[in-house]
Amino acid sequence: MNLALSEANPVAMRTGVVQRLGSWWTGMNSVRSAVGGDFEELRLVGLSRHYGGALAGRVAALDRLTITVRRGEFIALLGPSGCGKSTALNLIAGLLQPTGGGIWLDETRIDVLPPEQRGFGMVFQNYALFPHLSVRRNVGFGLLMRGVRRSEADRRVDRALALVQLHGHGDKLPGQLSGGQQQRVAIARAIVVEPPLVLMDEPLSNLDAKLRIETRAEIRRIHRELGRSTIYVTHDQDEALSLADRIVVMRAGVAQQIAPPHEVYAHPANLHVARFMGYRNVIEFASAPRALGDQVVLARPGLTLTGTVRQDIQGPRAFAAIRPDELVARRMPSTGSLAGIVEGFEYCGRDSLVDLAVADGVRLHVRTDLPVSAGDRLYVTAPPERVLVYPPEA
Amino acid sequence: MKRWRIDPVVMLVAPATAFLVLVFAYPFLYGLLLSFRPLEGGWNANYVRFFSSDRLFPTIGTTLELALPATVINLLLALPLAYRMRVTSRYQKWVASLLVIPISLGTVMIADGMLTYLGPKGWLSQVLQALHLYDGPIHLTHNYAGVLLSLIISGFPFVFLLVLSYVTGIDPVLPKAAATLGANPWQQFRHVYLPLLSPGLAMAFCLAFVQAFSVFPSAVLLGAPAGPTRVISIAAYEAAFEQYDDSMAACAAMVMGLVQLAVVSAALFARRLFYRGPVVGGKG
Ligand SMILES: Nc1ncnc2c1ncn2[C@@H]1O[C@H](COP(=O)(O)OP(=O)(O)OP(=O)(O)O)[C@@H](O)[C@H]1O
Ligand SMILES: [Mg+2]
Repeated sequence: MNLALSEANPVAMRTGVVQRLGSWWTGMNSVRSAVGGDFEELRLVGLSRHYGGALAGRVAALDRLTITVRRGEFIALLGPSGCGKSTALNLIAGLLQPTGGGIWLDETRIDVLPPEQRGFGMVFQNYALFPHLSVRRNVGFGLLMRGVRRSEADRRVDRALALVQLHGHGDKLPGQLSGGQQQRVAIARAIVVEPPLVLMDEPLSNLDAKLRIETRAEIRRIHRELGRSTIYVTHDQDEALSLADRIVVMRAGVAQQIAPPHEVYAHPANLHVARFMGYRNVIEFASAPRALGDQVVLARPGLTLTGTVRQDIQGPRAFAAIRPDELVARRMPSTGSLAGIVEGFEYCGRDSLVDLAVADGVRLHVRTDLPVSAGDRLYVTAPPERVLVYPPEA
Repeated sequence: MKRWRIDPVVMLVAPATAFLVLVFAYPFLYGLLLSFRPLEGGWNANYVRFFSSDRLFPTIGTTLELALPATVINLLLALPLAYRMRVTSRYQKWVASLLVIPISLGTVMIADGMLTYLGPKGWLSQVLQALHLYDGPIHLTHNYAGVLLSLIISGFPFVFLLVLSYVTGIDPVLPKAAATLGANPWQQFRHVYLPLLSPGLAMAFCLAFVQAFSVFPSAVLLGAPAGPTRVISIAAYEAAFEQYDDSMAACAAMVMGLVQLAVVSAALFARRLFYRGPVVGGKG
């Protein structure tokens, strides 16, 4: 099958004889990373990266990121496209020079070191596989650079390929693999040297749903087994929630919240984080909330909500954020329930996502397992501790 | 019966084909046939004479001795320079323009400049003497060194531009990936750039070699055309314009083409041993 595939592939290319001859030679040139080894903590202090002119047009791709990554910790950088996730990763790897702040590995300042002396593994967003080397030699590259013995290297490459389910593809060139297979080669190549810190830039973005969940579990398992640290970039909140010990939610280069998954999920630090974490119902109130014990009451024409303040509110405007699955829909009214008409719904199997028009101009997204059809009247209630009240976004 | 029709798109190549036939194929075939119609003797008399004469046959070696080193030296000079200049910097534009200037000068102009500058009474010799650095005579013109030097100067910009375009075509994320895997700058060059550049270098070698092999003006002006730099084109020139033996001159030209073809084929064959394909590392 292997053979048939490579024959059918128009990109059937040959790896260089000269390269093969040259491999004996590199053993003598191997460098060991100056830092490498294990560490207790990696500290990013005010790490910044600006682009553009010295004064005008200067924009921060990453603005004063400060975080301490402990040994063995799994950190997820989560945020929308262009928010500076790759920039952060490249700064840590040493592929970009910071324009402010520093990076410390225990007591050593490492932002002055070239990438090869930091010894961190990296999975690139666009794979960056060596197109002229076979899959095996791509995966074995780091071992070759470190001067690992041939037999030992072969064994470790075999194991890494098995881990990402690519045994049997070892002799192909990257150009002969599918996008998802290339991505797995990139993962294998980064972890085979067992670096103290693995940096992963959206490593699962090109896998199908099933393989994504399998590989996700695999990444988590590898992380635990090696007992090393991982910094993982993603824009998928499920991935971040399921993998990370702590999540860094980013927006326009600025870290919005750094917290464990359950906290980011249940108590987003601001409206942006709430939106990103699936609080799909964001309702604006033009008047300041009225305090009522621990809670506040928000009112607008035809709609009154009781909620919990999550962030200091200064001005006259406030927003309430509610997850669709935390609204409870019933057929009958109850105390404090809001009446609404079903405008449309998405059937999701176990339940449906219903668009409910409650007051003029306000439409709520509600998850419910009631059988619904357009025009139905439903009554929803929201637990006050799950109605999060925020000031407007900065 | 089906009528034979010409795809109109095919007609687009007609002007180019006509041009090629007129200025390349026809003169080539004419010369080929001419070389087999010697002034005296059998059909292959010219070739027999060329390969047995000690005035003609050694010109092949003489030309190779100039063209091969000039090409290799140019490649060896261009590669590190182009590699250094792969990242755009403020100076890149200026350095590139400076390096490329000789391409705008003709070989004759370069030869003339070198005669003035490097000759026995040239500026270089005068400066060295004035500074009392070196008082002996300077032998950089009218010999092998002069021709080699002029071939290097006139060929370098060409090789440099070719190699620069190959170098900048390589995805810069690849050496970065190598660096995160522990490769130092030399290893990044050795394991990523060099293998990916090799096919391009082979091409640059071919083009530069063919150019250098047909050396004529500088071999006459800067060399010793009677002896050490009596290159094959001089032999052809003498046959045509001193002995009025067009047929012999055509024969020399054919031999010249044959040698070029042999060297180029060897380089292209070597190229097959390398990886040839896209030089990017991702989902393109
Ligand atoms: N070389 C550059 N010059 C100018 N701006 C840049 C440069 N590289 C990146 N940026 C900007 O920096 C910001 C952050 O980019 P970055 O690649 O880190 O985003 P990201 O979070 O990884 O996005 P994605 O999820 O799409 O990969 C973007 O707004 C981008 O336009
Ligand atoms: Mg990115």
